[in-house]
Amino acid sequence: MRRAVGAPLLVTGLLAGLLAPLVLLAVWSVTRTWRYPALWPQSFGDRAVRVVTDPGSQILSGLVTSAGIAATVAVVSGAVGLAAGRALGLHSFPGKGFVRFALLAPVVVPGITVSLGIQVVFIHYRLADTVPGVVLAHLIPATPYATLVLAAAYTRFDTAFEDQARVLGTSPLRVLVHVTLPALRPALTVAMMLTFLISWNEYVLTLLVGGGSVTTLPLLLFSAIGSGDTALAAALALVVSVPPLLLVGVTARALTGAGASTGSGETLAALGRA
Amino acid sequence: MSAAGPDTEQRAARRAGLRVAVLLAPALLVVVGLFGTGLGLGLLQSLGYQPYLPGWSWTTDAYTGLLDDRAVRASFVLTLRMSVLATAGSAVLALGIAMLVHSTRRGRRLLTAVLQVGLPVPHLVGALAMSLMLSQSGLLSRLAYAAGLTSSPADFPALTQDRFGWAVLAEYLWKETPFVTIVALTALARGVAPLQDVAATLGARPWQRFRHVVLPLVAPAVGAASVVVLAFTFGSYEVPAVLGRPYPAPLAVVAYQRFTDTDLAVRPQAVAIGVVLAVAVTALVAVYLRLLDRLGTAR
Repeated sequence: MRRAVGAPLLVTGLLAGLLAPLVLLAVWSVTRTWRYPALWPQSFGDRAVRVVTDPGSQILSGLVTSAGIAATVAVVSGAVGLAAGRALGLHSFPGKGFVRFALLAPVVVPGITVSLGIQVVFIHYRLADTVPGVVLAHLIPATPYATLVLAAAYTRFDTAFEDQARVLGTSPLRVLVHVTLPALRPALTVAMMLTFLISWNEYVLTLLVGGGSVTTLPLLLFSAIGSGDTALAAALALVVSVPPLLLVGVTARALTGAGASTGSGETLAALGRA
Repeated sequence: MSAAGPDTEQRAARRAGLRVAVLLAPALLVVVGLFGTGLGLGLLQSLGYQPYLPGWSWTTDAYTGLLDDRAVRASFVLTLRMSVLATAGSAVLALGIAMLVHSTRRGRRLLTAVLQVGLPVPHLVGALAMSLMLSQSGLLSRLAYAAGLTSSPADFPALTQDRFGWAVLAEYLWKETPFVTIVALTALARGVAPLQDVAATLGARPWQRFRHVVLPLVAPAVGAASVVVLAFTFGSYEVPAVLGRPYPAPLAVVAYQRFTDTDLAVRPQAVAIGVVLAVAVTALVAVYLRLLDRLGTAR
């Protein structure tokens, strides 16, 4: 077989292209002065890192807000997806095609369209500028993904295990906790990780519905970018990026550790939305 | 007992139906209650309807206003161009990279791992990184200076806040190509190698093997991923807001500008732009899926 001579060069170039932007962010976060045309900072300093890690700063409350909203979205859409995924994965019913279509619509239609339209209702019911309002808005893109991931898992799920437990006199709740949920754990983990990330990374829905009063980390990052303080913006960008990276790493490890058969490709593919 | 047969069967069917309805209810509440309401109310408001306000009337003023507005027409072209370029670019690059990763043994694991690093990172972070790379005082400009190609920041071409939106496109490609690549690799992993060997044994040239063996196998997966890319880039706000110009800006940016305008009269235009976005992206996805379908059948 012919071996491409340029392949190692291409691979190196590709690695550089993928990583250079992130490395550049990391360097900028600890930079004090880095004037044009120097290729390396003139001096380093921990000012930006100290600002973003200062417990008294807005960043910490932004972190708490972001994590709280994302965790709520993950739990709610996980539960909603668990139920709807079961209906789609295990049952056939009239209108199933429509339900699938309706679930795909929020994937295609931009979030800004929907939030501009629904804002008037949110204002009327005093959900605008509130955390619950932002959670509801984030559920729109999150729920379809959770449902589709779990529906795929349910099609591989054998209900005979549930029947066996029930015949032996186990209560429905205990069947759910001890039979169904363990079997679906990998898919549920993936669904919740994914929806957490969708919410964590969301910017424009939070801006529109939160109206600037709900300050998640992406909103703080946007204003830091606008402020022109590059070191601070870069440090904040790292604060926004590290939790998702850790989450994906830990989830991937947990899934392989459990010997789960969830396709890691599928999982990662779904991350495209986040 | 036998007489009760059909009756219990019917009752069982009704119970199963009820069960499905209960299981689906929360998801439908989100998809219909929130998404459907938002979409429907957006359409109605763009036509003059004002819930909770007396004295509204039906009108197409918002749409005629948009049609007469040169800025909006420019935005539409810009949005379409950017989205199509990002989708096509990421698909082509992803196919190339997937073939490269698939055929290299050394560095394959490393490359696959690195491809995944950018996936969970927010687009906003990517946008900041791209401005640090591509602006006139960015890393590339400094490298050009070091190479003796330029002697000041102004000599370096404006890639951020430029008319074309090079940095916006670069961010989309940087973020979306790895995503499409991973999807393509997953499809390739489902045993394209034996098929390729068979094709090679039968005398197929590399291009023929690619066109008739690899492409039909990965096309559905790459196509599905590209739909996500297309839809996302069409409605994206934060990337062009950071890296692009305020004028002409993509539709999502213009929608937000009009929505927050102090002149309340242009607000219906914001909602109308939202509707235009939704209609255009749906049409675009439909056209794209049809093209893909043809690619799959024309072997």
